[in-house]
Amino acid sequence: MPESAPNLRVRTMMRPIMILATSLLLGGCNMVVLNPAGDVAAQQRDLLVIATVLMLLIIIPVIALVALFAWRYRASNTDANYQPNWDHSTQLELLIWAAPLLIIICLGAVTWVGTHLLDPYRPIERTASGRPIAPGVKPLEVEVVALDWKWLFIYPEYGFATVNELAAPVDRPIAFKITASSVMNAFYVPALAGMIYAMPSMETRLHAVINKPGKYTGMSANYSGAGFSGMNFHFYGMSDTDFAGWVARNKAAGGTLDRAAYLQLERPSEHVPVQRFAAVEPGLFRAAVNLCVKPGTVCTDAMMRQDAARDSQPAPNEHGPMPMPGAHSMSMPGQSPAPAAKPDTAGLTGAGLPSPAATPAGVALAASASQPRL
Amino acid sequence: MSADTMTANGDAQVAFYDLDEHDHPEGGSTLLGFWIYLMSDCLIFAMLFATYGVLGHSYAGGPGPRQLFELPLVALNTAMLLFSSITYGFAMLAMNQNKVAQTQIWLFVTALFGIAFLSIELTEFAALIHEGATPQRSAFLSSFFTLVGTHGLHVTFGLVWLFTLMVQIGTKGLIPANRRRLMCLSLFWHFLDVIWIGVFTFVYLMGMLR
Amino acid sequence: MSPQFVPISPIFGRFTIASLPLQEPIVVGTFCMVALGGLALVAALTWFKLWGYLWKEWFTSVDHKKIGVMYMVLGLVMLLRGFSDAIMMRAQQAIAFNGSEGYLNAHHYDQVFTAHGVIMIFFVAMPFVTGLMNFVVPLQIGARDVSFPFLNNFSFWMTVGGAVIVMMSLFVGEFARTGWLAYPPLSGVAYSPGVGVDYYIWALQVAGVGTLLSGVNLIATIVKLRAPGMTLMRMPIFTWTALCTNILIVAAFPVLTAVLVLLSLDRYVGTDFFTNTLGGNPMMYVNLIWIWGHPEVYILILPLFGVFSEVTSAFSGKRLFGYSSMVYATVVITILSYVVWLHHFFTMGSGASVNSFFGITTMVISIPTGAKLFNWLFTMYRGRIRFELPMLWTIAFMVTFTIGGMTGVMLAVPPADFVLHNSLFLIAHFHNVIIGGVVFGVFAAINFWFPKAFGFRLDPFWGKISFVCWVSGFWVAFTPLYVMGLMGVTRRLRTFDDPSLQIWFIIAALGAVLIALGIVAMLVQIAVSILNREKLRDTTGDIWHGRTLEWSTSSPPPEYNFAFTPIVHDTDAWWDMQERGAVRPTSGFKAIHMPRSTWAGVVLAGLSVAFGVAMIWYVWWLAIASFVGLIGVAIIHTFNYKRDYHISAEDVTRVENERTRQLAAEV
Repeated sequence: MPESAPNLRVRTMMRPIMILATSLLLGGCNMVVLNPAGDVAAQQRDLLVIATVLMLLIIIPVIALVALFAWRYRASNTDANYQPNWDHSTQLELLIWAAPLLIIICLGAVTWVGTHLLDPYRPIERTASGRPIAPGVKPLEVEVVALDWKWLFIYPEYGFATVNELAAPVDRPIAFKITASSVMNAFYVPALAGMIYAMPSMETRLHAVINKPGKYTGMSANYSGAGFSGMNFHFYGMSDTDFAGWVARNKAAGGTLDRAAYLQLERPSEHVPVQRFAAVEPGLFRAAVNLCVKPGTVCTDAMMRQDAARDSQPAPNEHGPMPMPGAHSMSMPGQSPAPAAKPDTAGLTGAGLPSPAATPAGVALAASASQPRL
Repeated sequence: MSADTMTANGDAQVAFYDLDEHDHPEGGSTLLGFWIYLMSDCLIFAMLFATYGVLGHSYAGGPGPRQLFELPLVALNTAMLLFSSITYGFAMLAMNQNKVAQTQIWLFVTALFGIAFLSIELTEFAALIHEGATPQRSAFLSSFFTLVGTHGLHVTFGLVWLFTLMVQIGTKGLIPANRRRLMCLSLFWHFLDVIWIGVFTFVYLMGMLR
Repeated sequence: MSPQFVPISPIFGRFTIASLPLQEPIVVGTFCMVALGGLALVAALTWFKLWGYLWKEWFTSVDHKKIGVMYMVLGLVMLLRGFSDAIMMRAQQAIAFNGSEGYLNAHHYDQVFTAHGVIMIFFVAMPFVTGLMNFVVPLQIGARDVSFPFLNNFSFWMTVGGAVIVMMSLFVGEFARTGWLAYPPLSGVAYSPGVGVDYYIWALQVAGVGTLLSGVNLIATIVKLRAPGMTLMRMPIFTWTALCTNILIVAAFPVLTAVLVLLSLDRYVGTDFFTNTLGGNPMMYVNLIWIWGHPEVYILILPLFGVFSEVTSAFSGKRLFGYSSMVYATVVITILSYVVWLHHFFTMGSGASVNSFFGITTMVISIPTGAKLFNWLFTMYRGRIRFELPMLWTIAFMVTFTIGGMTGVMLAVPPADFVLHNSLFLIAHFHNVIIGGVVFGVFAAINFWFPKAFGFRLDPFWGKISFVCWVSGFWVAFTPLYVMGLMGVTRRLRTFDDPSLQIWFIIAALGAVLIALGIVAMLVQIAVSILNREKLRDTTGDIWHGRTLEWSTSSPPPEYNFAFTPIVHDTDAWWDMQERGAVRPTSGFKAIHMPRSTWAGVVLAGLSVAFGVAMIWYVWWLAIASFVGLIGVAIIHTFNYKRDYHISAEDVTRVENERTRQLAAEV
């Protein structure tokens, strides 16, 4: 979608101001939020600056007036006009409601457009201003899992995985799929794009692109427990050749991230050094999203489909094995040994209600529900 | 305001102090205050309804409403609570006619209906738990038990209050303070009735329609 | 699902000697200091035989003025605790660089930032705000007390009860390590099996009952007990904001109660509301708690907007500019505060339309807020501004809060929020509005109404020192946080890798030291004022040339507030009375009907604390006993039908004659 014309004009008008503001603020330190290396973060920065400038239109006069009135109408200045009963002026009232209203209307319009354009779920359409993405370019897919307290990055396209190290080639769109294994975190690389929560049994998405090669900081931005402060990683923007080398290095690292290795990795640990896995068991990310990496646990999506099917049953006590919409794409891994994998065995098998512990599914559910994390 | 000031200025006899004040009748704000409290309680129920709305389909592979609910029993339960509201109304009518004994009798009948309601509810809960449909089984059952159980707890407190009031009427008679309290409990009792109608419709009837 | 890490004793529950943090020197040291201080206080009270006086005149009092003062004392004491937490965090973050772990381990540090947030919001800001409303509102509307005086006393003691539970967690067991809103699944039993989150839950539940009832009470008071002639559009602005705040309290706190009940059920019973498994939904908790949490922000700030209106108008010697637009702005903010909660978690991944809806509603709130600011500005315009302490705080507020508001709107733009959420920029923003708005407002209010409460004003010299330290300290402490937010530094971090950040944290720590000096100066100010009270005495009852009814009575006001209920003809009722030469009646006093003191509030709150603590430690027998006791005492209390008495006409005449003499001496 091409940028709407007024939006573009606002941006061109703002550019000199933005450059000025940025260079002023950048005096001593590296304000990565104002000077990012990725196009998405740069557009987010632009919105930030536009909003600030719009508001300064009213904030600066207000502060100046506070100072002016406080000085001019001080009690010792008996020359100043004193009107103790003056308490109303329709024109002024109109002005003080209309001025903020107008600014908010402008800002609201910018917000509406900007929020839709920069929706993290929306695939990006350009790698930089004026450089649309050529049709047919496939984004680099990265699956992100926030573990206690480190980050797991799976590259399904290449079949390897890393811990606490992320890299992407410059100017290639990146599509993140993000989840967490236990508690809420937020995936955040300030130089690349804004943050988004990583939540257990949920999948969030983020689309971004990095424009400059370099080494950037990434972190969890949502407090997640004792090891939270060390839950950082480095994100590298690389040229295509460097990236190819990095991929090769990971592929050469050896080791496979299978379910057992994941369960081992998932355990709480702090300040975890970079790890590399040359291969990843297929479907691991889906299993991680659905909290069913552990053999024998029921995947949440399977459970939800089954629940939905229960609601659409024709009548009570008349259900048999029913067709499950979407069951073929179910992420229930075939290699899972537990019969609980089959949705129709997890629930009711007849009119009688088995107590949850009576079926294997129940056992598995109970087990998954009661595992304390220590 | 300015017009007001003008006329007041013109009138030299404008009073600035109430020189002939009488005691305010005690408890003048009680009903308003209790009504505001009820609205806040209503919000608690609103939250529980909302929670049920969100989680009411999350059976976690466990049983759903149609496998669990026995409408006839719940209908009977609803009838108990509705009857208790009617009998409470009779108690209030008796109170307005200053008939202490009659008020007490109707209050007692109300309490009996309330107890019947609670007993049926507890029976239902016991049966569910016996079948394995415990509050821990799924988010649906958690929100179901919490919503219905919170209502049940309110009824229990209403009963404690009702018996306390019966004692107080027995010792003090229908004095203004007791009348005020009966009015408050009346509001509370009917409020619980309204909430129950919501529960019956939203949880039971619509659950069976799924 | 209840954690079984510690065997549960039938007598002590899960409390063991290991629950006492004896191995942590900081805690033990603090405990010793608190214990010594407490002992000294108890000894002093006993030595001067003050227990009976305190019990009779204060603890059991249902006088809204005394309860208001007690709320303020509670807020001040808890401010010291909350601020120590702040200093500890600033110190930790200033030194934890270059591989240093600092001096706080994660177990300790995570409790500190959680406790800081919880205490500052629930046990500092809330008591201050409630105390102000309690003290001022009945006086401003010409009433003799609130609608439900006993309930008022009970509410206060429940708030104290919550504070007691929080303070207890410092020395017995631990506090929550979850952040001040305790998001699950982290706060669930699977990831926080200890007593910390339970302390959090029960402290908030006990205090929440108090807050809710006090809200009901003040609404009924404002609706029912206004002086004759005081129509809604003649109410003082502070009373208006108090009304809106209490409506918000009644409409928001049940949500907090409900969501905490659900969290406790998850923790105690093993239900699945916010668990990862069996259909639970942690995101629902985040939504629900912010449906309470955002209105809570306005609960805190609205009454202070009222304070600033009163102060600006009084010290400019002028009617408030745009009274009705001020009222409408307040009401609009009240309503809008319910439709913005999602802006606290734009980053959760709701769709773009949802995010922009909530972003725009948030911005819309800045319109009435901006209108208010202009109204204050034009109240100063063509005034005669006296720069006494309350006015100084107001000016500082107008500048500081404007900037805080601006950064708030920046955060309301969802894509901008994506880069600033959970960063130190966010921390700087909300401290900017809470310190710059609520805290400055409370200090303005304390300096403004202190002479009304005690009959002498606060020392201006130390007040100005405190003012300078606070305002400069605030900017020194939080400007670096704004800067670091733009550098991509996030909140709640305990250690840092990037050494270039250290200088900013050191500057911020210096700012905290400046604020500490401001707090000390304020304590000195109070002490000096008490010592010099004869010099600072006000015998007129209207030291600032105030405009509303509370200034028409003596300072401190008599127990019954007004010998004769005033009749109101104008918004600025007292100003109007003076303008038109209203004469204070000096004879014909009548007996006055007043509520009687009661012990029930203290006892009920004490039992609630016992219940809460028993639940925290799984001491089931005590939980049952205290719960039964609670119900029993409540029932016994309802059998007490004698809740009022009359102050005899002679007593009123004596007090009023004294006032007549005083006023005559003044001329």
